[in-house]
Amino acid sequence: MSSKNQTDNQLIVSAPPHIRDIENIPRIMWAVVLSLIPAGIAGVLVFGYYCLYIVSLGCITAVITEALILRLRKLPVLNTVKDGSAVVTGILLAYILPPSVPWYVPVVGSFFAIAIVKHTFGGLGNNIWNPALAARAFLQVSYPAVINSDWRILQHGVGNFAHNITSVDPEGKFVDAITRATPLAKEAGAETYHFAQLFLGNVPGCIGETSAIALLLGGAYLIYKRYIKWYVPAYYIATVFIMVLILPSQIATPWAKNPFYHVFAGGLILGAFFMATDMVTAPLTRRGLVIFAIGAGMLTALIRFYSGYPEGVCYSILLMNTATPLIDRFTKPRLYGTKIKKV
Amino acid sequence: MTTTLIKSKLKTFVGGIHPKEDGKNLTCSKKEVPSISPKTVYLFMNQHIGAPAKPNVKKGDTVKKGQLIGEAQGFVSANIHASVSGKVIDVIPWHHPVTGIKSPAVMIENSGDDTWIEGANESSDTGQISPDEIKQRIQSAGIVGLGGATFPTHVKLTPPKDKVIDTVVMNGAECEPYLTCDYRLMIDKPSEIINGLKLIMKCIGCKKAHIGVEANKTDVYNLFKDILSNEPNIKIDLMEVKYPQGAEHQLIKASLNREFKPTQLPLEVGAVVINVGTAFAIYEAVKFRRPLIQRIVTVTGDGVENPQNFLVPIGTPIKQLLEEAQITTNINKIIFGGPMMGIAQGNIDMAVTVKGTGGILVLRNAQQWRSHACIRCGRCIDSCPYGLNPSELSILCEAKEFNLALENNVMECKECGCCSYICPSKRPIVHLIKFAKAEIARQKTKV
Repeated sequence: MSSKNQTDNQLIVSAPPHIRDIENIPRIMWAVVLSLIPAGIAGVLVFGYYCLYIVSLGCITAVITEALILRLRKLPVLNTVKDGSAVVTGILLAYILPPSVPWYVPVVGSFFAIAIVKHTFGGLGNNIWNPALAARAFLQVSYPAVINSDWRILQHGVGNFAHNITSVDPEGKFVDAITRATPLAKEAGAETYHFAQLFLGNVPGCIGETSAIALLLGGAYLIYKRYIKWYVPAYYIATVFIMVLILPSQIATPWAKNPFYHVFAGGLILGAFFMATDMVTAPLTRRGLVIFAIGAGMLTALIRFYSGYPEGVCYSILLMNTATPLIDRFTKPRLYGTKIKKV
Repeated sequence: MTTTLIKSKLKTFVGGIHPKEDGKNLTCSKKEVPSISPKTVYLFMNQHIGAPAKPNVKKGDTVKKGQLIGEAQGFVSANIHASVSGKVIDVIPWHHPVTGIKSPAVMIENSGDDTWIEGANESSDTGQISPDEIKQRIQSAGIVGLGGATFPTHVKLTPPKDKVIDTVVMNGAECEPYLTCDYRLMIDKPSEIINGLKLIMKCIGCKKAHIGVEANKTDVYNLFKDILSNEPNIKIDLMEVKYPQGAEHQLIKASLNREFKPTQLPLEVGAVVINVGTAFAIYEAVKFRRPLIQRIVTVTGDGVENPQNFLVPIGTPIKQLLEEAQITTNINKIIFGGPMMGIAQGNIDMAVTVKGTGGILVLRNAQQWRSHACIRCGRCIDSCPYGLNPSELSILCEAKEFNLALENNVMECKECGCCSYICPSKRPIVHLIKFAKAEIARQKTKV
């Protein structure tokens, strides 16, 4: 009898369903980390080992900050840190910093991203803005000199990658490649680049945003794993493409009306595949996500054409993050067997 | 089971999930269906949706197999019959495996001689039978929906005057993982099932019928196709292997492309859904006057050495069933039904089968999941077959914001479990929704 009772005591009684999918938060977050690695490698190849130092600093600060805040909030520390979401924020923030920033920039930025943007709103799942992008905007106003005016290519890219490519370029634009912004710099006379260069990432820019091929590789992996939805980057990039064709340009550079240039130069691909698809800060439904992506695309083009700031991608996504609760309210899923309710 | 992989030709619905390991391979190839002869049976008076039946036997009575022991109370109710012959030991409150509440049950000791009551178990000619006679036999046999919902079948076959039913849809999808009881029945008794379906069509006077079978059962599909070669009015549809393909809404969407609200009944769109098990029971009841006293039960899971389908008299203690299937030690979960919608049992000694029990799932390593905050990934919305927003509902129900939950259609949830299954944050969404529905119902009765 006693053995029988023991069996009874061990039976778990819980509500159905009794099986669950194997996907969980750590699997998703570490897959995002994995998908970001090619872009990081490209960054190191183009800009040198210093980038690795910046990315590591960003990650380590993010993880330590996350642990500290969880401790303060009396939440389980180890399990939550292991889920990888802080690492993703750290990497993404470092990827949108210029390669030569001083060490304290990723540290301050990561701390701000985790402590202020993420945890003051309730931690993972509750933040309104993408932590990495909000931190980037914060750094933009805190260290304008560092962020805006010192975008140099480090002379000693690993394996002289930069020089190898540019030697193909008859004009040898990279030999003394000290430039002052991304290929989308708005001054007249700014350098223009070959598409091969833009595609491989051998151009000035932020650490992780220059190599289109590396980013597309990572993005394709996430789409294949169904962690991000293909239509978000698709609508986003397509909107920028169309807007560039339609809008009258006020910029006096030869590439201003070239939509391909707008797609491949600058942070659009990184933003479209890795930031706009951030689940927490984007709408829930497909209709909502499409509105979100088109809105971000329009804002990106408007900022690039008519505002004094760089980083149209960063601000456009942050603005659309702000609009997400509103979009969610107007794009509720259709109850089965009914027509879509007008709100 | 044999599977076809040409997905594009398969009929289906929007949403749903499919677990990679659906557990059906444990039992689907086992051809024998051993009969169980329990020492004692416990027959609940409430094995159906509607009013409980009233016992008409008392302690010490001798009953025969098939004898009426519980009389239906009102129209939406069902008769209960003795599943074995023997002596009534008592009419006692017993632990109900589905509701979890102690309910009156008739406890019968099996004499083992299997004598049927007079008038039952006799073959009759059904060629000229009238629709009313069919319905009357179904009603007196106590037949309820055997897909799990246990709605009294005669009520389903009595549509209101203003509704016309033009199609019967028979559910052979069996979308719950692990269960193979319907599959076994379809393989073993295909012509009986079709005859049952024809009796239903005659009963409600409709000309058309569809049979839905999931694409992992192409052998069943071919079997039915052969039998139906001269029946142009009965169509058989091969459907995508996806849960909940066998639910009324999804089945009707896939076969007839008709939609109706989650809280509405299929008769809103002129259809009625009958499970294959129910169709077989109807055939038995009309042709042989056998009441519903036994059914096939899948006993499966990694907690039994010999997972198998059994022919089980209603009211059999699961302990005996589990011994037949060689239960192992160290089990930690016993589920009545499948893993998606089944009810976990807390007491192995008291649980007995009821009319709606299609399977008993015994697990050794059932997991418990720690719930995290919603990360708004939207997978629950994509998987919800009813167009709800489980993400928002789970947050509202957790915060006990029942009015907001009502505004977001919480009462339309059918608790199929897709959202909880797919959630990467492992949120107990269905649990929270069930809680909210119960609270809302409680507050309503208070006012």
